[in-house]
Order: sequence, then C-alpha cells, then structure tokens
Amino acid sequence: MTALRCAALVVLALAGCKQEERAMRLDPPIAEAMDAVALMPDGIGGRPPEVHVAMGNPYRGNAYQISQGKRLYEWFNCRGCHADGGGGSGPALMDGWWRYGPDLVSIYVSIRDGRPNGMPPFRDRLTPEQIWQLTGYIQMMGAYSASAAAPGRNDRMFSRPSENRAPAAAPAPGQP
Amino acid sequence: MAVMRILAALITAASVLWSVSQPARSEVTPAEQGGARPGDGNHFSPLDQLTPANASHLKLYAAFPTGSRGAHSGAPLVMGNMLVVLTPFPHVLYALDLRKAKPEVAWRYEPASRGMAAGLTCCGTGGPVSYGNHLYFNTVDGRTIALDPASGAVLWDVQAADPALGETLTGAPVIARGQVVLGNAGDDFGARGWITARSATTGAALWKHYSTGPDAEVGIGPGFAPPYPTDRAVDRGITTWPPSAWQHGGGGVSGPILWDASAGLLFHGTGHPAPWNPDQRNGDNRWTSGLFARDVTTGEARWFVPVNPHDLYALGSTSALLLVERDWRGGPAPLLIHPDGNGHVYVLDRRTGKVLSAEPFIPVNATKGFDLAAGALVRDPAKAIRSGATTRGICPARPGATGAGAAYSPRTGLLYIPVRRACMDMEARDTTFMPGTAFTGGNLRLSPAPGLSAGALVGWDIAAGHAVWEQAEPLPVEGGALATAGGLVFYGTTDGFFKALDAGNGVELWHFRGSSGIVGQPISYLGPDGRQYVAVLAGLGGVPGSASGREIDMRDATAANGQAQALRALPPRADGGGMLYIFALP
Repeated sequence: MTALRCAALVVLALAGCKQEERAMRLDPPIAEAMDAVALMPDGIGGRPPEVHVAMGNPYRGNAYQISQGKRLYEWFNCRGCHADGGGGSGPALMDGWWRYGPDLVSIYVSIRDGRPNGMPPFRDRLTPEQIWQLTGYIQMMGAYSASAAAPGRNDRMFSRPSENRAPAAAPAPGQP
Repeated sequence: MAVMRILAALITAASVLWSVSQPARSEVTPAEQGGARPGDGNHFSPLDQLTPANASHLKLYAAFPTGSRGAHSGAPLVMGNMLVVLTPFPHVLYALDLRKAKPEVAWRYEPASRGMAAGLTCCGTGGPVSYGNHLYFNTVDGRTIALDPASGAVLWDVQAADPALGETLTGAPVIARGQVVLGNAGDDFGARGWITARSATTGAALWKHYSTGPDAEVGIGPGFAPPYPTDRAVDRGITTWPPSAWQHGGGGVSGPILWDASAGLLFHGTGHPAPWNPDQRNGDNRWTSGLFARDVTTGEARWFVPVNPHDLYALGSTSALLLVERDWRGGPAPLLIHPDGNGHVYVLDRRTGKVLSAEPFIPVNATKGFDLAAGALVRDPAKAIRSGATTRGICPARPGATGAGAAYSPRTGLLYIPVRRACMDMEARDTTFMPGTAFTGGNLRLSPAPGLSAGALVGWDIAAGHAVWEQAEPLPVEGGALATAGGLVFYGTTDGFFKALDAGNGVELWHFRGSSGIVGQPISYLGPDGRQYVAVLAGLGGVPGSASGREIDMRDATAANGQAQALRALPPRADGGGMLYIFALP
C-alpha cells in the first residue's frame, strides 16, 4: 500500500517536471542561417538572424547551451586573456562594461571577426552554433541579474562566485 | 590657422637648429646617466651630489604627463641635453629639451601601430637607448626603429618580430659592437623565443638564434662549453620536449641583455616554456628558463645554465642580470649576478657559467635548497604540478619573486632587489595551441606570503648570501631600483610612492607621492646646469596595474594572472595615467 502510494507520488512529481528543450544538433540550413547577422556600420550592435528570433532566442536562458558555452570558453583559450571573466591581457567580461556593446550581436561579431585591439577572430575555429553558445555564456557572465539557467558551480579551482549568483554590479570581496 | 601652423613649424625648426648648433655634451658618459648605462645592468649612477645628508630636501622639479594609461615600465633616457621618454603601446616618443627652465617637448614621434599587439602583452615596454648619435627603441608590435635625436627623423624602421605569431617586443634593445641586439616576448602565446642582431647603421639582419629547436638554430656549435655535462648532448632543444612541442615552446628573450665588451660576450636569460601546464611538455625543455652567454659577432652560444629546467611554475629567467667586478671568496672574479623569479640570487662565474652561490632572498617552499655540484635546485615534490589538479600554497608565485630592476652599488657592495612576496595556488589544465590565443593551461590565485608584507626592497650582501636589511612594502614592488654613488637607493612602489633610502642601512630618508603607481626604472643624470637630477616614470597599467583599471574585475581571483586576489588591497583611485617626474634639490 505504501509502495503503491509512493509510486503514485513519483508519477505525479515527474509529471510536474518540465523538461528543458535541448537542440543537440541544429538542422544544417538553420545552422547556416544562424550566421546571418545584420551588423551596424560601426561594427557594434545590429539585428540577430531571423531564424534566431524565430527560434525564440535559444542561447540565452537555456542551461544546456550556456554550459556548452562554458566548456568552449575553456577549450578555445578564452581564459588565457580574459581569465574566469575578470580579465587579464584582455578586458574583464563580468564587470558589466563592454568595449564593443553588450547585445548578443555585438558579442557574436566580436568572437567571429575579432576586434582591433587584440581579440583574434574565431570564425575558422568555431561553427556559428558554437559561437552563439559562447555568446550566450559570455553575455550571461556580465549580466546585471543572475540567471537560473547559469551553471551553479565550477568543477575546478574556485575563482569567483558561481555564474548563477554573480550579477555584474556586485562589489568584490573587501572592496566598497 | 595655417599661419599658426607655419609659425609653430618655424619655431620647432629654429629650436632644432639651435640644438644642433649647440655642441652635444659628449663629456657626459652613459655611466653618468645612471640607469641609462647600457650593458652592465647595475643601475648604478656615479653621481654624488645627492647624499643621505641632503636627500630629505629633494623637491619635485618638473612633471610631464605622458598621456598614456598603460604600464610605464621603461626608463627615461638622457642624451646630451635631451631627455627621451617612450610611452606604453601605442607608443609616442617624446624628446624634452632640458636647457629650458622646465623641460619642454622639442619633438615627438608617433610610429604607426598595429592595435592587434595590444592583446598580446601584459607589461609595457623597455625604454629607448642611445648609441653614437642615434636613438633606438622597440615597439610592442614588433618594430625596431632608429631615429636622429636632433630632429626625430627616422633613419631606419624594421619589423623585427611578428605579432601574428604571438611575438612582441617588450624589452629595450642593447647596442653592442655596432649591432642592435634584441629579443622577443610572447611565451604566454606559445611564440618561440629568439635573440637577434641587426646593423646599427642600416637595420639589416645579422644573426638570429632561437631558444628551442635544433642546435644549428640555437647557435650551439664547437664553441659551446656548458658547465654541467648533460647539456653536451646533441639537439637538446628537441630531445627535451615531446614531439614538435619545441616549435611553440616559448623561451622568449624579453629581459635584460648584457654586453661585456672586454670578453666580447652577450648575456641574457630565456623565458618560460609554453604552455604553463608542465605535464604537456615533459622533459627539461631546453633552452628555456636559463641563462645564455653568446659571442657578440656570431651569436653562437658559449655556455648555458639551466635555472628553472622543466619550469613547473612558468617563471622563466628573464629577471635582472648584473655584471659585477668584485672579490669572490679570496680573489677578484668577473661575476654575473641574477636574482631569479624563483627567489634565489644566482652568483655565476661569467667566464664559465659555473654557479658559485644561489641563496634565497625570500622565504621559498617550492624548492629545498640548491645543489652546487649539480648546479640545480632541489624541488619539493609536495609542490609539484599535475594536469587537472590544484597545488596550493606555492611560494614564490608567478610571475616571480623579482622583476628586471635590481641595482648594485660598488660603494656599499650591496645588491638592491625589488621583491614580490606572494604565494599562489596553481591549477594545471590541458590546453591546445592556437596561434594568436594564449597558450597557458593554468589558473592562478595569488595571495601575500603568510606573515609577510606583499613587497619589499631588500639590501643583499652578495658575498655573505643573506639580506642585510629590508624596507617592507604593502604591495609587490614592480619597478626598478637605482643606486647612486652619493649613498642613496631610489625606487617606486605600486601604491604610488617614490622613495630614497640610505644605501647603507636602508633607512627611508625621503618620499614623494605621485598620481599613479610606479613600475618604471628610475635614472639619475647631470643636467645642463651641472646639477644632479633623478627622474622616474609613474603609471601603472599592465600587470599588476591592469588590476587597478576599469577592465579588470577583482571578484575573479584568477584575473590578471591571479594577481587580482593579492591586489584587492590596492586602493581604488582616480588614475590620471602616466607622468614623468623629475626631482632635484631646490
């Protein structure tokens, strides 16, 4: 009887879960269309690709895409210059101040095409989908509000408050 | 408007003509210019008007804003009646006329710059150097330029390093026997290190030797006599690396290059191997993180001493080098002194490269003493680095216990070492070489050494091998020291003080508070009025200075190569950028 009740509870509980949608692999035509950003002439800001809008901004609040972006961030040596978002020979990404604009298109283009003061282009190293995953992760890093979809902890050296509780405007420990 | 411009041009031309008609002060030898003396690295000025008795009366004589917010790590240069300042990248070279009541800009030269190089370096640039009637300097984006100091006209301009390969030029060139000798930086980007010589008159390439790879490219031939026998094997620059890893193995020559005219030899250190993660480069990683002696005309190696073989903490050996003539345990000896990033002062016989002594100048725990017979440090296995793991509490921390600016005074016989006293946690992670991106594979987190202030200036007795005194500083001392024959030591601090100490006992006699932190090298010179002046560039930026700028976020402990955590004590302040300060007695 208890077992039956438990089983019923489990079924009910599972029915309440909403599975986050994960696109493991984009359809090739969509992947190609993902690169069609319309950029302003000054290289900052613009319109995301139409397919991106049609899919409902899939790289922003999605835990899977953000965690993929976090892995790419390490694998493609972003840390060497930007550290864990705090900056080094490259600027900080988590301080809410953006040299080339805070919007998705600006960040996407910075990664794809590089920027004139030292940022190398990654268009030959990453697919548009991967650049979008990175873009989502990096924008989340410097956002002014914490995101529930952001990673909760590092499986590595603890260097800063984890992404899901680190809004950009919070002060550093020991600093006013 | 046009009339004004023509007028300005006429005035400039007139002042240039006047400066040409004035005889250059040829009686001022480079040695009298203090820190500007190329070659011996002693940072010693034979001027003695300023003494412990009058140092407390020093006053600011002039200040000149450089208009740059970068790390002002170089030294100004005095050449005749001109004081020359090279600002951080993107560079401007200013020539100030010292005959005016206050220094005025005689001319300025702004080389075209490739902004891409700004992302390839942390730490500013070396200063300009003079030779004969020419002026030479390196740019961070890889060019070496020769100018006519009277007018600022370009004599030649060559692309010596290639930023597309991760190479930059962050040190000053050295002029030796009619050659401009310079080396590259870029270890953190997997650039292969080299040293090269160019003709001082034309800029034409004469020789170039690498820090890794086959013997022929390293400059190892019949004349090579290493003091320790393992290095006599063939092609150690290949066999001490995993296959092909030497091709992007670092070892840049970004530190001082010394020139010993009587022996005809150049001495230089090599940078750390790439990447930081030591498990990705098993082996001794020759010829990185050691000291070379090279023949000046051919660049062929004479000897090599490994200082940090298989450099676990990516320290490199490009910190200060000094040629010192003094007695060593019973007789006169030509010495090479090298306070290394690993925290030990190396005393070498520079004829053979044999290490005579290597005592620690700060508390270290990464090593447990020095084996003189083997010429090697004894490492502590508890502080080893393993890929995927974090090792805690390693002292000293990267980038090393000292930088390039130690000074030596033959009057006191003391070595003055600017010291960083930090420890670090280091996590090694596997990384992949991608041209143009950082090739590091390590996360660092620094903190001040337990129970000690994070910085100090140490007065070091070379013969006894221990510190005589120290002046503690709350933050790591990044700039250089200058010793003067008058019995003073000058140095600047990261929190913006410029200080004069008694060279004998280390007592602070005078200080000045500037508008920004000081990471530069002070110099002393005799002005056209016959008075002794002391000049220094202030201006943080770079590492650790970038940690004070708006583009470093201190909440990330690994930011600025892990220095963010150690520098959280750095007071946030309005930083107006770089200034040249000149001091004199009223």
